[in-house]
Amino acid sequence: MIRVQREDFDTGKELERLSGGDHTIGGVASFIGLVRDMGGPNQISALTLEHYPGMTEKKLVEIEAEANRRWPLAASLIVHRYGRLEPGDRIVLVATASPHREAALAACHFLIDWLKTDAPFWKSEETPQGERWVEARADDDMAKDRWR
Amino acid sequence: MSAPVKLLYFAWLRARLGQVEEEVPLPAEVRDVAGLLDWLRSRGPRYAEALRDLSVIRVAVNQDYVGSGHPVRPGDEIAIFPPVTGG
Repeated sequence: MIRVQREDFDTGKELERLSGGDHTIGGVASFIGLVRDMGGPNQISALTLEHYPGMTEKKLVEIEAEANRRWPLAASLIVHRYGRLEPGDRIVLVATASPHREAALAACHFLIDWLKTDAPFWKSEETPQGERWVEARADDDMAKDRWR
Repeated sequence: MSAPVKLLYFAWLRARLGQVEEEVPLPAEVRDVAGLLDWLRSRGPRYAEALRDLSVIRVAVNQDYVGSGHPVRPGDEIAIFPPVTGG
């Protein structure tokens, strides 16, 4: 399942719902992305996430389907927020459930790597010097390439 | 001139162009993404500047990533934006 929303999410409840009732599940893996403030010259007071409604959902559905093709997952979940967020706030939750931990862990890692390069979100940061658009990182592309 | 295409702009491209979206009639000579970007750059200094460096421009036609040779057709939804930075 995928969700794109402005509101925060409750990680515990989301994970419980993901595996609830399915006793074939042996493990749940999760990744939570948070707004980071590196301080110093990279200090930020907030971050705004913009996205492309329609294409965002389409890409997340595709990414999730690809993970389910590659690994035997019992369930998977991507929740991604948009709007203005402050340091420490949750941005994204990726969770996978499988009978075995290897599939859950690998699929979770795959999903966050692919999401970072394929889902149409953009971050702009509020800094003491004004607004600054976050630039894409070459190592995000390399992280995705690992899964080819 | 033929039926319009819907152009969408995101992130710093949206900010530099000063608009979120526009509907424009597709000139007959524009057949693919490369042709569209060339034509957009000719529409004024703001477009020329924002679309100067194509290494930081990505294009999606009807919500799928495409390359510069992908055809564009009347009625298409064409989004132009910088590399994504979510997650």
